[in-house]
Amino acid sequence: MAYPPTVFERAPVRRAGAEGNAVVFEDVAMSFESNPVLDGISFRLALGETKAIFGVAGAGKSTILKLTLGLLKPDQGQIYVLGQDVTQMEEEDLFELRRKIGIVFQESALFDSLTVRENVAFRLMEEGGTSEDEIEQRVRESLRFVELEHTLDMFPVELSGGMRRRVAIARAIITQPEVLLYDSPTGGLDPVTSTTIVELIVKQRDVYKTSSLLVSHRLQDAFTMATHYFDRRENRMKPLPPGSRTEVPMNFIVLRDGKVIFNGDAHELAQSKDEYIREYIS
Amino acid sequence: MELISPTELAKEKVVSVQHYTFLAWRSVANLFRTPRYWTDMIQQADLIGFGSLPIVLAACFFTGAALALNSATTLSRFGALSLIGQLVSLGIVRELGPVLSGLVVAGRNSSGMASELGSMIVTEQIDAMRALGTDPMKKLVTPRVASTVIMLFFLTILGDLLGLIGGNVVASLLLGLDSHQYWSNAWQTLVFEDVFMGLVKPLVFGFIIATIGCYYGLTTRGGTQGVGRSTTEAVVASMILIIVVDVFVTRLLMILLG
Repeated sequence: MAYPPTVFERAPVRRAGAEGNAVVFEDVAMSFESNPVLDGISFRLALGETKAIFGVAGAGKSTILKLTLGLLKPDQGQIYVLGQDVTQMEEEDLFELRRKIGIVFQESALFDSLTVRENVAFRLMEEGGTSEDEIEQRVRESLRFVELEHTLDMFPVELSGGMRRRVAIARAIITQPEVLLYDSPTGGLDPVTSTTIVELIVKQRDVYKTSSLLVSHRLQDAFTMATHYFDRRENRMKPLPPGSRTEVPMNFIVLRDGKVIFNGDAHELAQSKDEYIREYIS
Repeated sequence: MELISPTELAKEKVVSVQHYTFLAWRSVANLFRTPRYWTDMIQQADLIGFGSLPIVLAACFFTGAALALNSATTLSRFGALSLIGQLVSLGIVRELGPVLSGLVVAGRNSSGMASELGSMIVTEQIDAMRALGTDPMKKLVTPRVASTVIMLFFLTILGDLLGLIGGNVVASLLLGLDSHQYWSNAWQTLVFEDVFMGLVKPLVFGFIIATIGCYYGLTTRGGTQGVGRSTTEAVVASMILIIVVDVFVTRLLMILLG
């Protein structure tokens, strides 16, 4: 069967993490200036799985992503990423691990003094050992993936919010990371642009099987991800046939008062009897 | 405004000093670790060195001229106007050249570094850099520190020269002194200790300017208002430190050089 050409022909190199998990949180607690944000949370992100994290503003969703990257250290508990305990690692060692993780920040966090080309190529240029021709080719591939190849020589300030978010995705995926972290990738965007971003995330999940943690306020986006798959033949996102909810590796976590009050799939979330969750998803 | 207890304030200050010391140490230690960012270093050298050249030269030229004018009044009372070259030379090379160049570069670049890095902090660009596997200390701090130290050294030499030229312009045009005599006096009065002292100071001042600018930039909190606050604090702290450290360096070098 002939599939349409994909962006990355090389299969991502995968290494089994702690017991086959990409990310493991064990009894993690974190406070900011004596205000507890996370209070003993535990969960596991399996290899190839996408997990959406929900909670009200200030519930600690973005903190979880920063803890995963080792940008913050927890007050208590262990965090394993690709089998390594990031809570015990020095900053120098973390740089090596972070090269296997991609992140899309809430406000994109593109380097405003660099062009789109330099932003996307940043990681490859920093790592060295890649020829300029190959960097150019991979930058173009990444930007083609997010349909922004024409913005190569533009600066972030010249792009719209949605375009910046897509460039951030291109920057995050250029080295085919083993884990992807999305911090509110559709926040503040119009429905059409949001759908484009959701489609890119679904494509990354279904085509490259990347393990992902997704923080969001928009429940409808996560439900779309849970009820759709990426069809490589038609090169677009399509709804799952009825009754096939378990076919996509998509799960949900709901945070409340620093604790995980729900951890399951979309169907279980929709069926939850918890009053808080019912109110949250209504 | 929130009141803070003296104990908390003291703790905060101690932690700040600890963080600054750590940053200063890492900025030097990174010179001996890979990767080294030569391109960033050259870019910063251009920005700091050539960017500051006109104002450093202007400041030193007019200070040399003003020094000659002020000294002339006193020297003429003792009939020693011909010694003006010596006075300007010693004043500029030992003290005013390095301090003025340091203050001018601090005003221009310490603030620039604090605002640039502060903006990167509040827009999560520093976090993004760390997340992309790049050490901001190596990529952003070390090139700025190395470039400032090197460029301030050369700026001070040029500033000294312009200060002496400023003194010469006043001495020959306004005071009617012979230009050859001025330069001869200025040259002959300088000994190794004077030149050494004048060239060690910019190395110390350059280090202070860059590390203070980077420290305030990287510890920025509170959005755009915080960036403004960091910028102001960086300029004030680096200028005050230059003036205070100048006294200690001068005394230390006097003891060491005898």
